[in-house]
Amino acid sequence: MSSGSEKLIVKDLHVAVEGKEILRGVDLEIGRGEIHALMGPNGSGKSTLGYAIMGHPSYEVTSGSIELIEADGTRRNIVELEPDERARLGLFLAFQRPMAIPGVRVADLLRHAVSNVRNPLRKEGQELIGMREFRQELRAKMSELQMDSEFARRYVNDGFSGGEMKRAEILQLAMLRPRFAVLDETDSGLDADAVRLASQSIAKIGGADMGILVITHHEQLLEHNIPLRTHVMLGGRIVESAGPELAAELHKLGYDRIRATYPDAAANEAAMSSGNRAEVTAAT
Amino acid sequence: MATDLHAVIPPNAAGIGDINKYDFRTESTAVFKARRGIDAEIVTQISSMKNEPAWMLEFRLKSLEIFNSKPMPRWGGTIGVDFQNIFYYLKPAEQQGKTWDEVPEEIKKTFERLGIPEAERKYLSGVKAQFESEVVYGSLQEDLAKKGVIFTDTDTAIREYPDLVRQYFATIISPSDNKFSALNSAVWSGGSFIYVPKGVKIDFPLQAYFRINAESMGQFERTLIIVDEGAQVHYVEGCTAPMYTTESLHSAVVEIVVKKHARCRYTTIQNWANNIYNLVTKRAVAYEGAMMEWIDGNLGSHLTMKYPSVYMVEPGARGEILSIAFASAGQHQDAGAKLVHAAPNTYGRIVSKSISKNGGRSSYRGLVKVEPGAKKSRSSVVCDALILDSQSRSDTYPYIEIEEQDVSVGHEASVSRIGEEQLFYLTSRGLSEAEASTMIVGGFIEPLVKELPMEYAVEMNRLIELQMEGSVG
Repeated sequence: MSSGSEKLIVKDLHVAVEGKEILRGVDLEIGRGEIHALMGPNGSGKSTLGYAIMGHPSYEVTSGSIELIEADGTRRNIVELEPDERARLGLFLAFQRPMAIPGVRVADLLRHAVSNVRNPLRKEGQELIGMREFRQELRAKMSELQMDSEFARRYVNDGFSGGEMKRAEILQLAMLRPRFAVLDETDSGLDADAVRLASQSIAKIGGADMGILVITHHEQLLEHNIPLRTHVMLGGRIVESAGPELAAELHKLGYDRIRATYPDAAANEAAMSSGNRAEVTAAT
Repeated sequence: MATDLHAVIPPNAAGIGDINKYDFRTESTAVFKARRGIDAEIVTQISSMKNEPAWMLEFRLKSLEIFNSKPMPRWGGTIGVDFQNIFYYLKPAEQQGKTWDEVPEEIKKTFERLGIPEAERKYLSGVKAQFESEVVYGSLQEDLAKKGVIFTDTDTAIREYPDLVRQYFATIISPSDNKFSALNSAVWSGGSFIYVPKGVKIDFPLQAYFRINAESMGQFERTLIIVDEGAQVHYVEGCTAPMYTTESLHSAVVEIVVKKHARCRYTTIQNWANNIYNLVTKRAVAYEGAMMEWIDGNLGSHLTMKYPSVYMVEPGARGEILSIAFASAGQHQDAGAKLVHAAPNTYGRIVSKSISKNGGRSSYRGLVKVEPGAKKSRSSVVCDALILDSQSRSDTYPYIEIEEQDVSVGHEASVSRIGEEQLFYLTSRGLSEAEASTMIVGGFIEPLVKELPMEYAVEMNRLIELQMEGSVG
């Protein structure tokens, strides 16, 4: 059975947070097995797209759709689904700033997550994946990712360094093996060596059965993950899509050309960032 | 002579479905049943049923007078107990069982549902289980007995070790301490007596299960533990009470003496039915270089008032109290701890974690007292509260009395709620919202649960899961 025809399709997506519109009509199509890069200046709405795809309750989809297309052609709009239902359908978000869950061990979280994602009909209180089987797999994955096995015993993101958080997200990606994953700045806060390791790890985990949207400011993370398409977001819209050469250009030259080419989106960006400034002022 | 309790028990009251698993009863097979209420006649009758020495009867009667003269405590919650509508003594069977085979079938069934045989098989060497008012089953590994360790119920101890018991009994908690210590002193029955001789270290936990099993049945066990110089013991007490619809009272007294360089750890997990008033006085005295630890888990009950204490009376004594409280609908956990530094270089620590949900209320009430001359003493208090919804409540009442300059005392308190971002993070990994909340709560108490013996840690986590069921919706 080919997974080539499975797709995640975002159509004219509008998303508001606390009544304020952030995404203003995003279109994006990712096939299972494809890598796409999403770039754009800070505040352009990249993380918002990730949250909206995963179903964060504060991110309200005001119009448009997020559809999952199955191999047999079945289409399903997922915008009304809970985050756990989306995860069980094979979606994943690697957080830019993952939350600490004190007292909960990485292994315990993963055992529950793996049990639910692999057995989507599993209900609370029903049996988890076998301990021995799970441990074996976890150990194997950790050694592949060059992680110390002690790491699984630590409390989730509690007292983790920036690098450890990102590696924990990659470990979860490796264990959950989603059909579609959004990696939100998995390279931020890492030094060059750590980015290279992350890039290699993601390349190892991905493959023909995983569609990946890589949100990044740098092309280094893409070194081992050559994107089929690179998209640029500005003012809540994807304004340009091209091949990998676009990532190189943006990395080198920044977003001035983009802003000049798409004045409407640039105006939205200005409006959004002045709104941000107003909020910051109000908060201080 | 069986009493059909089912006939008098209405179907489940609302809001207590989540502990249904523990809501089972067997026919009450009590052969003696005292009438309701408390007066000198009942107290005398209890004493004579037990063939007690005269000094104990005298002690009980004096305690009764104190009980009658004492006002209700003025802190904590409202205690709506009708003292004249309670049975103060029930004797479940003629004889205390010595081996599992000798335990009456009816009682055995109850214990089996509580998992006692498994506990025994796994690693228990000594089990003391209280069914109704008397200990009905007990076993103690032979080599312990050879080492001179005494582990029995307190009634038996009065008969077999009268001098030892009398030397310590009520010296740590006197009847006049509070109204409920007076009540317990007047009508006490059962409880554990442990004596660990000098230098003897017991490296596995001694355990006891307690259970209330008759309507309006008060339970007034009295535990006395003496850990002699350089000795070591870990005592574990667990409670799983069935549910009844009329108010019920549990009022225990636990006294512990930890002598020079000895160590004692006392672990309790209580899961009372939602109608029970759980008013317990627990106190330990720690001598030079001694270490006393209380680990106290409180679930269920209508009102719990319990403040395990450590009096550090000689230099270098240490006291540590770890407490977990879980208050759900109709429940008030007024729990905490007391540390009294009465000698130099003493060290105390209180860690309290409370969870409130569905309108439950949990209060931390704690005292740290440093007496004059207790130089270089250190004390730290950390209390964290987790509130699961807007109907629930948490309060902190820290009392700090310091009468010495050269000391270090710290107090930290935090109140938190389960954050939307934490829930989103976990649900994005495929956990349902309910699973995610349970996991966050489990993580919150994990630092204390990991101090429990494995079997109790598993039970504690299971109890929390049961308490959390249906809490999201």
